[in-house]
Amino acid sequence: MNAFVHTSDDIEIPFAHQQSAHCESGAIASLLRHAKLSISEPMAFGISSGLSYAYLPFLKFGGLPLFAYRMPPGQVIRGLTKRLGIKMHFERFRQPDAGMLALDHHLYEGRVVGIQTSAYWLTYFPPDMRFHFNAHNLVVYGRRGNNYLISDPVIDILVECEAGALKKARFTRGVLAPKGLLYYPAFIPEQIDLPAAIRKAIRFTTGMMLYTPVPILGVRGIRLVSRKIRKLDTRKQHQNKLLLGHIVRMQEEIGTGGAGFRFLYASFLQEASGVLRKPELAGIANQLTEVGDEWRRFALHAAKMCKDRMPMDYGLLADQLMHCATAEENIYRLLRTELK
Amino acid sequence: MKRKEVPQQNAKAFMGHSKLLYAQDEQGNYVRAPSSGWEAEEIVLDQAIAEYERQARDAWQRAHEGLASTLEYHMFRERMDLVLLAQSTGFLKWRVRRHLKPGAFQKLSVRCRERYADALGKTPAQLDRLPAQP
Repeated sequence: MNAFVHTSDDIEIPFAHQQSAHCESGAIASLLRHAKLSISEPMAFGISSGLSYAYLPFLKFGGLPLFAYRMPPGQVIRGLTKRLGIKMHFERFRQPDAGMLALDHHLYEGRVVGIQTSAYWLTYFPPDMRFHFNAHNLVVYGRRGNNYLISDPVIDILVECEAGALKKARFTRGVLAPKGLLYYPAFIPEQIDLPAAIRKAIRFTTGMMLYTPVPILGVRGIRLVSRKIRKLDTRKQHQNKLLLGHIVRMQEEIGTGGAGFRFLYASFLQEASGVLRKPELAGIANQLTEVGDEWRRFALHAAKMCKDRMPMDYGLLADQLMHCATAEENIYRLLRTELK
Repeated sequence: MKRKEVPQQNAKAFMGHSKLLYAQDEQGNYVRAPSSGWEAEEIVLDQAIAEYERQARDAWQRAHEGLASTLEYHMFRERMDLVLLAQSTGFLKWRVRRHLKPGAFQKLSVRCRERYADALGKTPAQLDRLPAQP
């Protein structure tokens, strides 16, 4: 250990924990609220242009391709703070010990910080929910003895994690390796132009969903996956079930707020309609909610088919996805005309 | 989704916790809506975990018969696969694949063993052992 150590003292910085649907938008929203900038999770997610759809067959997880319903990790924090003119302080570390010391140092100075970790080594996660995902985000607000006091955005209560486990979680190697990433808002402007940020964000998201040049992103990506599901080889039932289960997990289980972030985004549109004084947006939010319900029905059918509680029917699932694609395309076009 | 439709099916994987969804209240306003579990999520989570279990069991059997190294068992036990283990140790895939064979793993240097042990959250000695049951 190094010279300046404050580890003997317990530290607890008062912090208001609020459970969120998604780790990254939850962590940054609660850090900003702690810095007296009141912002909801849906607002943070929407302004960062977090919503997306991507089918990435070249990134394999357990041999299965990646299906993403949002932009890559890091986009929420970077996108949100850039659009609002907030300056973030980021630190990464080569040496795990240096990273832990820096964390202690920030806590000692009374600073609550967000950190990136792997979800697998966090001991407070229920065992069945622990998977190797390196871009989990959480907030550390204190230290008691050898335990860190943690406000994990996706967990309903405050939790603690032992220093060794937290160190391991912060310094896993591999894809999206956190490298001990630690962050906090360093500067928040007095005046924030929320309406302008919202308009920009919606234009970016709708543009990306509608006019992507590659067939694996946005609405085209949804259609591609629909065609893939329709053409699945009926003889490889076990493999197909794993694939469908994987899709449903990416859509529902991995902290999306339901329907692969569609409900979160609908909530954002509803809030935005008040800020922009455009009641039309609230109507569009309702339409997006209906699409979200269709995504949920797709998930339920796919899951039941995996478990043989429903006869396997790739055509039905493909039709549902096609329906989602068409409805979303319509919604994004409407949004663009509203914000002309 | 309406708030009253938010599934509350007490998933055992949540161990009494809840997760947050967003849903509409009676007036159509979006609100934060905790859920204690949903059938669809539970099915696919069980499926994913069963797949890891199956792989670990098969690897245990292979290691028991001397067809694979104990490393393969521990890899699947820690919910990893070849790609993930290669990424988290920094070894190339072909090397990891070699180390999954019993002979190559036995001859491995202490430093390489430590890298595996570290990535799997174990001690090097633990990597050599197989539990009595998979």
